[in-house]
This record gives sequence, structure tokens and C-alpha cells, in this order.
Amino acid sequence: MHKRSGGDVVQSAFSIGSAEFKNRVLVASGTFGYGDECTDAVDIAQLGGVVTKSLSMKPRDGNPPPRIVETTGGMLNSIGLANIGVHRFIAEKMPFLRTVDVTLIVNIAASTVDEYCAVLDLLEGEEGIDGYEINISCPNVKEGGLNFGTNCQMTSEITRRLRARTKRPLFIKLTPNVTHIADFARAAADEGADAVSVMNTLIGMAINARTRRPILSTVTGGLSGPAVKPVALAKVYEASRAVKIPVIGIGGITNGVDAIEFLLAGATAVQVGTANFLDPAAGVRVAREMASFCEEQKVSDMSTLVAALDARTGVSVLDSWL
Amino acid sequence: MPLYSCPVRSLQTVARNIFVLSLHAPGLAPAVRPGQFVNIRVNDALEPLLRRPFSVHRTTHDAIEILFNIVGKGTALLAEKREGDVLDLLGPLGVPFTLDDDRFDTALLVAGGLGVAPMPLTTVELLHRGKAVRTLVGARDAASLVTRHLHDVVCATDDGSSGFHGNVVALLEREAGQLAGKRVKIFACGPHAMLKATALAAERLGIPCEVSMEGPMGCGIGICQGCPVELRDASHRYALMCKDGPTFDAQAIRW
Ligand SMILES: Cc1cc2nc3c(=O)[nH]c(=O)nc-3n(C[C@H](O)[C@H](O)[C@H](O)COP(=O)(O)OP(=O)(O)OC[C@H]3O[C@@H](n4cnc5c(N)ncnc54)[C@H](O)[C@@H]3O)c2cc1C
Ligand SMILES: Cc1cc2nc3c(=O)[nH]c(=O)nc-3n(C[C@H](O)[C@H](O)[C@H](O)COP(=O)(O)O)c2cc1C
Ligand code: FES
Repeated sequence: MHKRSGGDVVQSAFSIGSAEFKNRVLVASGTFGYGDECTDAVDIAQLGGVVTKSLSMKPRDGNPPPRIVETTGGMLNSIGLANIGVHRFIAEKMPFLRTVDVTLIVNIAASTVDEYCAVLDLLEGEEGIDGYEINISCPNVKEGGLNFGTNCQMTSEITRRLRARTKRPLFIKLTPNVTHIADFARAAADEGADAVSVMNTLIGMAINARTRRPILSTVTGGLSGPAVKPVALAKVYEASRAVKIPVIGIGGITNGVDAIEFLLAGATAVQVGTANFLDPAAGVRVAREMASFCEEQKVSDMSTLVAALDARTGVSVLDSWL
Repeated sequence: MPLYSCPVRSLQTVARNIFVLSLHAPGLAPAVRPGQFVNIRVNDALEPLLRRPFSVHRTTHDAIEILFNIVGKGTALLAEKREGDVLDLLGPLGVPFTLDDDRFDTALLVAGGLGVAPMPLTTVELLHRGKAVRTLVGARDAASLVTRHLHDVVCATDDGSSGFHGNVVALLEREAGQLAGKRVKIFACGPHAMLKATALAAERLGIPCEVSMEGPMGCGIGICQGCPVELRDASHRYALMCKDGPTFDAQAIRW
């Protein structure tokens, strides 16, 4: 909750299942480490929540360099899910994270459905975890590397199998690299997901014309940052109209007004990603700016902005010709 | 890694297309160790998006200097800064050079191009520790040479317009003979190919060597995993340039 100048407050807290969030801004997976790295630059207790870097069963080295390149208004990354693995996370990071008053969402990545289950099972034994976000933008080794997140049946299966193993809130993080994200949001909701996170990075590419070589070692990578915000807004709009569960909006948010736009498009809350690289305290700042915006607009309860887009004059391209 | 708002004190041209930016940074300056860097937001806009990393060139009690050349849009914007403009800095970042090392009493600083940037601060701290310092500086030509605030300098230019005709690693091979009998450690900074050649030369000569590396960075603070440096140790394939470096023992790197 944020104090208004008049002494009353803008209601910004919310909950999803058993998880309570102080405000509507979380930091996105892969853009804030494991939550313990930036504590001298930002008070993470002021965040709505922290989503950890994706964790797999075994530590992953990640891809060879170069892994990142800046593009106009954004960046491409091909980190390759470099992470310390769930065992080290539990041993080295959880003791600290349990001492901080912040809602902790642990993000899981895997290359088989069984691995998703096994990682979640290990985390189930840990106190201080408020929920899971499942990164399904991962190659399925059993299906020749086909991305789980671009296949509706796989999305359903992962959600079903994980739902059966946990009562903690389960967010399925969707990829925008599909034709109809609404189908994937429905698949997750139908199998009992508590929320969908929209969206992961867009596939993109950068080329050095002089050397005729791709800049990233993996040729293509994931685009993030302000450049993707319009796409993310449209994906949130599409997904939120297809399901009743909350949608967490992600993509290119750098300030409070960006975040409010996501609420209007249908998001219950947002995550701030790439902006953390410019300003490690970006998440806290965005939350504060959302509260100021509400104050200025005389909105006393932020939830009234969710899906409050006034689209009367517009005909959505979701239903019509471009 | 606190954030600082630093007013620009001055921008000076010190060689062709090479500038020194002096920033008022009383909180930051005393904390910086040789080889560390700062990550600078070059403007308030979202283009360019990411911060730009720069070694700290020199410090006074309340200011830091960075040395840079214009290679793209971020450095072009820095070169337009005027006294009073305020820059947002994150730092000091990274692991400094290991100066407290009993294996040496003579430091050989080897700099290629803009790799000269961290050397003045390194020199001050080495001399302060009672170490002897000799400095080899390589540049394309005489106009691109930067030798300010260095100690016992020998220059090399690719075109022979000043000093030794050839690159700084060839100069190192020549100079190494004169250091026979002394306990030497090399501190090197410059482009990747030059560091690689320096590391191989040091290994051949049996001289300990630390390098300060550069390459693309996303965050500069260890949270994006965007800056891997490949290690020789197979059990630990990559280190992070921003957090485990930018200085490394040359022997640890898979060149
Ligand atoms: C730890 C560290 C310390 C550094 N210290 C200094 C310093 O003291 N002085 C200095 O002038 N430069 C230094 N650099 C390099 C400096 O960060 C880049 O030159 C700068 O980011 C380029 O920004 P730009 O927007 O001008 O170029 P861009 O428009 O981003 O790129 C222009 C060209 O420069 C190349 N480039 C971009 N970033 C880097 C990079 N980090 N390393 C090498 N090439 C790059 C690009 O591939 C491209 O070809 C350092 C880099 C690191 C990682
Ligand atoms: C460097 C980097 C690493 C990322 N790593 C992960 C990850 O491990 N797991 C995940 O689910 N998303 C990951 N993402 C995606 C972000 O969480 C987010 O969905 C995306 O970047 C869009 O938001 P943004 O534009 O605010 O960054 C990563 C993004 C970046 C830029
Ligand atoms: S630049 Fe982000 S981890 Fe090194």
C-alpha cells in the first residue's frame, strides 16, 4: 500500500491463491538473479514479488558468448538458461530469501516433463516459497527440441502434472512465439493454473553485415525491452479475454504508466525485466509511479483498472482485418 | 554497487578521438580499486538502452576520470557532455587487479589501445606499495597514443610513427629480456587478441599475468548472465566478466 498525500492510500495489494503481493510489480525471471544480488542497491521488500532466474535440476553452463546484443529500444539474449541448479539454490539462496519479507516466486525450466516435476518436488520441501512460475519456453529433448511452449498439448500436460503435485500458486509463463496465445492461456487455465505470465521474449536476430555473421553465438535469441511493449500489450489483451484466471503482464515496462497500460489491457499485475539492467531499483520505482498515477487520476483501488480498457471506438484486430 | 548521480566536471581531448571525462563523485572515488569499472547511463532516454561499462582511469578524493574513444552511439553521446551535465553511475564494479601479491616486485603494465584506461590508477597503487613499475603502451599511431600519468613508459605504434615499430606484444617480448633476474608480474588490458597474445607470451616467459577483459555486458552486476568468459577448468566452464572479472589470472582463461 502506498500513502497518498491526503493520508489515505491507494490500494495496490492483491493475492493469487495463497500468495499475497504488497503491490502489483514483480521483477521478471532472469533479470534479477536469485533475489540476493542487488540488496545493496534496492530494498526488495518493497517489491510486489521476486521471480527467480529459471532453475533446472542440474546446474547449466549456458550458451557460448556472445549472449547478448543491444538492438533499437531493446536487447536480444541467448543466455541458454545458465543457472546454479535447484540443489544449490536451496542450499545457498533459500536461507537468505527466507529472511526477507518479500513474496517469492520460483521459476522452473526443464527439458522433460519429468524434470519439471522433479524440480518442483524438491522445492515443495522448502518453506518460504510462495508460488511457482513455469518457464515452458524450453526445448523438449524427447521431441527433438520442439519448444514445449509452442505446443498446446504439452502446455496442458505440464500444467496438469504440476498441478497435481502442489497446492502453491502455479503460474504458467507463455511464449508470444505462437499464432494464438489465447489457446495456450486456455490450456493452462483448463488444467488448473492459478495465473498465466504473458510474455516471455520474442524470437529475434541481429546480423553484422560486414562479417556476414550473426551477432549471437546461437544465431537467434530472445528480444526484450521497450521495443516489445506493444506486442506484449496485445498478447495480454488477447490472453486475458480468453481466461478468467489472472494474467501477469510482462514486456518492455520501464515506468509506472507502462505498467498501468498493462493493467488496462487485462493484466492483474506486471513484471519488470530488462529495465532492471538500467536501474536495479526499477521495480520499486515502477510500483511507486503506479501509485502516484492512481493518486493523480483519483483511483483509490488499483484493481478497478484491471481490464478497464475503454475499447468502444476500436474494433480489435483479434476479431477483424488489419 | 550503489548508484551515484555524478555531475560532469570537464571533458578533455587527450589524443585523436580520445577523451577524458572527469566526474564529481565524492562517495564513489575513494572506494574504487585499480581495474574496477563503472557502468554509466549515457542519457535519460531509452535509446541507447543499456548502460556502458568503463574502467576507472584515475581518482582524486572527490572525482573519477574515465578515458574513452568514440566507437558508437553511447560513446558519441558521452563526448558531447558538458560541465554540469549529470550522469547516472553504478559502481565500483568487478574484481580489481591483485596488487598485493608476493610473487613480484616489478609490475609490467601492458596496454593496447584504450587498454591504457585503468593503468594510471593501477600505477599509483603499485608505487604506493613500493613496487617498481614499467609500462608498455601500444597504439595504432602516434596520434592515438595516450601516456598520461604513467610511469617509465615505452611506446609501440603499428605504423612506427612513435617508439617501437610493431605491436605492444612484440615490444613485450623485446623488453622481457631486460627484466631477467627481477620478479615480474604483468598487468594487461586491451583488445581480446592482444590479451591472448600477451597471455601466451607471459606463459612462455614464465611470468605471472593478470588481464582485464572487455566485451558486451547487459547489467554489469551479475544478474543477467550475459557476459560469460570461458575458463580452462572444465568443471566450471564460464565465469562472469562483470562479477568474477573483468580482471582474471591469464592462466585461468581458455584463450
Ligand atoms: C569492463 C569494461 C571496461 C571498459 N573500459 C573501457 C574504457 O575504459 N574506455 C573505453 O573507451 N571503453 C571501455 N570499454 C568498452 C566500452 O564499454 C564500449 O566501447 C562501449 O560500451 C561502446 O558503446 P557505444 O554505444 O559507443 O558503442 P555501440 O554503439 O554499442 O557499439 C559500437 C561498436 O563497439 C563494439 N562494442 C560495444 N560494446 C563493446 C564492449 N563492451 N567491448 C568491446 N566492443 C564493444 C560493438 O560491437 C560495435 O562494433 C570497457 C568495456 C568493459 C566490459
Ligand atoms: C537476459 C534475460 C534473461 C532471461 N531469463 C529468463 C529465464 O531464465 N526464465 C524466464 O522465464 N524468462 C527469462 N527472461 C524473460 C523475462 O523474464 C521477460 O519475460 C522478458 O524479458 C520480457 O520482459 P522485459 O521486456 O521487461 O524484459 C529473460 C530475459 C532476459 C532479458
Ligand atoms: S553483464 Fe550481466 S551478468 Fe555480467
